[in-house]
Amino acid sequence: MTTESHAELSHFGVTEGDITHALRKVNVRDVDYADLYFESCRNESVSMEEGLVKRAVKSISQGVGVRATAGEKTGFAYSDDITRRDLELAADAARYIAESPQGNRPVPAARRSVPKRDLYPMDRARADVATAERVDLLSRLDEEARRIDPRIKNVMASFNTEFKVVVVVTSEGQIVGDVQPLARLQVTCIAEENGNRQIGSFGGGGRIGFAYFTESDRFLHYAKEAARQALLNLRAVEAPAGVMPVVLDGGWPGILLHEAIGHGLEADFNRRKTSAFSSLLNQRVASELCTIVDDGTIPLRRGSLNMDDEGTPTSRTVLIEKGILRGYITDKLNARLMGIPLTGNGRREDFQSVPLPRMTNTFMLAGESDPQDIIKSVKRGLYAVSFGGGQVDITNGKFVFSASEAYLIEDGQVTKPVKGATLIGNGPDILTKVSMVGHDLTLDEGIGTCGKDGQSVPVGVGLPTIRIDEITVGGTQG
Amino acid sequence: MTSMSTDVTTNRHTLTALAGELLERATRQGASAADVVAAEGDNFSVQVRLTAVDRLTRAREKRAGIRIFFGHRSASASTSDFSRESLHRLVDDTCALAKAVVEDPMSGLPERSQLATTFPDLDTYDATSLAPDLQIELARRTERAALGLDTRITNSEGADFNSSAGRIVLGNTHGFMGEYRSSSFSTSVSPIATDVNGGMQRDSWYAVKRKFARLESPESVGHEAARRTLRRLGAKKVSTCRVPIVFDPDMAAGLMSNLSSAVSGYALYKGTSFLVGQLGQKIGSDLLTVYDDGLLQGGLGSRPFDGEGVPTRKTVVVERGLLKSYLLDSYSGRKLGLASTGNASRSVGDSPSVGTTNLYLTPGSWTPDAIIKSVKRGLYVTELIGFGINMVTGDYSRGAAGLWIENGELTYPVEEITIAGNLKEMLKNIDMVGDDLVFRGRIASPTLRIAEMMIAGS
Repeated sequence: MTTESHAELSHFGVTEGDITHALRKVNVRDVDYADLYFESCRNESVSMEEGLVKRAVKSISQGVGVRATAGEKTGFAYSDDITRRDLELAADAARYIAESPQGNRPVPAARRSVPKRDLYPMDRARADVATAERVDLLSRLDEEARRIDPRIKNVMASFNTEFKVVVVVTSEGQIVGDVQPLARLQVTCIAEENGNRQIGSFGGGGRIGFAYFTESDRFLHYAKEAARQALLNLRAVEAPAGVMPVVLDGGWPGILLHEAIGHGLEADFNRRKTSAFSSLLNQRVASELCTIVDDGTIPLRRGSLNMDDEGTPTSRTVLIEKGILRGYITDKLNARLMGIPLTGNGRREDFQSVPLPRMTNTFMLAGESDPQDIIKSVKRGLYAVSFGGGQVDITNGKFVFSASEAYLIEDGQVTKPVKGATLIGNGPDILTKVSMVGHDLTLDEGIGTCGKDGQSVPVGVGLPTIRIDEITVGGTQG
Repeated sequence: MTSMSTDVTTNRHTLTALAGELLERATRQGASAADVVAAEGDNFSVQVRLTAVDRLTRAREKRAGIRIFFGHRSASASTSDFSRESLHRLVDDTCALAKAVVEDPMSGLPERSQLATTFPDLDTYDATSLAPDLQIELARRTERAALGLDTRITNSEGADFNSSAGRIVLGNTHGFMGEYRSSSFSTSVSPIATDVNGGMQRDSWYAVKRKFARLESPESVGHEAARRTLRRLGAKKVSTCRVPIVFDPDMAAGLMSNLSSAVSGYALYKGTSFLVGQLGQKIGSDLLTVYDDGLLQGGLGSRPFDGEGVPTRKTVVVERGLLKSYLLDSYSGRKLGLASTGNASRSVGDSPSVGTTNLYLTPGSWTPDAIIKSVKRGLYVTELIGFGINMVTGDYSRGAAGLWIENGELTYPVEEITIAGNLKEMLKNIDMVGDDLVFRGRIASPTLRIAEMMIAGS
């Protein structure tokens, strides 16, 4: 059972002798770096629909990923058995890329270390509660949502927890581990009136414990929000189509930054010069009101980590400073090849995947405008409060994100709710159109999952209320 | 040099024995019923970029999952640790979990009489083992073909070649025990082209087959990727307008995928589909005839039985616009008062859900060229991005790229626009279907035309 509060090699049944042996295997002449990533992960999920908690699932996975890099090349192998023999086979596969004879560099003696930060102390973050308590939470949430309005016809909710123990062993002689809890509660309501059916969703979480959801009845707030959104959509009108000013509310609408800017600033795309941002370092890519950071060091957040999956401490990286592009987010491979600082963004979904430069919590710093004034400044436009997912084409910079709760702004007033619509823009210039930034920076509730190269990792976003002077809104009304 | 072959493990006996042992322990612990899925696989993948090896990945995986019933209470769990101690703990934990959830009168295994008794060979397994150096060379050839087609192809996100093979064993306490093997071979490449102003575009192409010998040549994949990338150079916005939209086969397959989600039994009984209550009703144009065929020889979605042991079959989903059948497993079938259609899809550690096998729109009589020729002014859409589909209402709004059609001719490339409508209307407004059906995945479609949708642009 993975209930330890500290991650140790012994947890995986291997000794320092075993890893030295494996590292020696990958110590061939052209290999410039190698690591072993031991991971044990326990997931538990309960979900409810039609008032019944009918699904309970538990999964346990454990394994090791062995990687060797030589110049731009990466050799990678993984195994879900962790014996000396498995490590050896994986190391053989990983070093295949080097195609070179045995090297004579000494394998440095292993130094054990622990991450300097403790962003999710176990006394607060352990979500280890009996299944019965999870079941009770979901049942109470269901009652609350239905109590709000008889038009709420179905409530679907799920509570997921993940408890991950990782140990990274590097050819630089580092052994460092982390214990990473993660929890998420998600609620979806279906409202129905005269044959019109609508959906509303809300949720939250982080690297936090079960108590987080019951504090000040937070879980009931999620139920209310999901129900409110479903009911609101019952009276939503068709969304407009075309270019118009858009006001984004704070929090989750920060997905704009993740798609429009964040992915394009991941170092791998820039090393390969396949990103629309590749040649824009130290150039203006946003209005001077915009300062955007990626920060993996905020306590208890979904996107935060004490260390990344290569054992590097996470950090706060300024991506855009007053509109000027300042930096990329990096993993070890790309930082080394590009000769730029290591930012602690080397992340992987699990032991079966290689680390890639990935975001943590990406947000825009607060400005000075009053959010009400921002809305008042718009004659005709859209006020978007909540979003579903987004996507970006790194190379041409075109990105989309889809509003799930939005309103028309008419003569400076928020008026009718509109149906969901996709917003589309161009990453390298959309933020040059930001003309007002609110003083109300809000981070999202902790629901984001980012996909890249088939790998999913938890992330966070944040945004103050902002005004974008023009963006294309993909409604149906011309 | 180290050897790394992608030999398939031949552990049929081991996996079957393991499944039997888990079922036996569950029964001994008082479970009234249970089923087990055990899977193992090998994968070798190669990525090259600008002809140099970028990444080699070698993997061997195994996993076992069990679903246990105590009357109408059930839970599922899975593990990748096959030690006896861990497997015993898996069963015991799952029993404890099952006792903690609420009774669901509809839950349970399929009836004994519904389970597969014959196991047709669907031609989904190829024992070909490719040496790493050959896979590297195949990926290089794919990329080289893309890079060499035109000087405007200046860069690449790389090419890959993957081979994998695996085995699945499913057993339950009704005495069912079945297994099948499958393999897949695939290649893809994403070239980047640059125009005179330095503007970059990327597109990609791919091929995937169950058998190596059937895979398209690296050259044909590379050339198609380059062609698709080059035609995007110089893309611009168009103004907001309402016009006919022609979906290329991949985008049309995406539309069929949306339809398949809407006819999934789970979406229907939960009320999260825009097709709730529409069985037997007209939901599409006369040109819309859609099959789901789990028995297609060599199909990427073919399997002899589904995730609960029910035989797969060919199901008429939509016939000339009439919704003839939902896609169901036994649970969602019971909820809707219908029999399973053999569409239980199962990830090893979870309870079943519904998935397609090989779902396709039957071809029409028009050539793709004739469809484009029929459009005076409209969009030929080749890429859709984002998640702007509301399955409850059918509201549809997605980022699009493609080629502008003017007087029946493809003219200039278009980007940074959206297309919007509602799936209910879109299915009814399919007014031309092409003759170009090719299976390139589990869901396939020929080219199709939708009479009118809203484009938001400049």
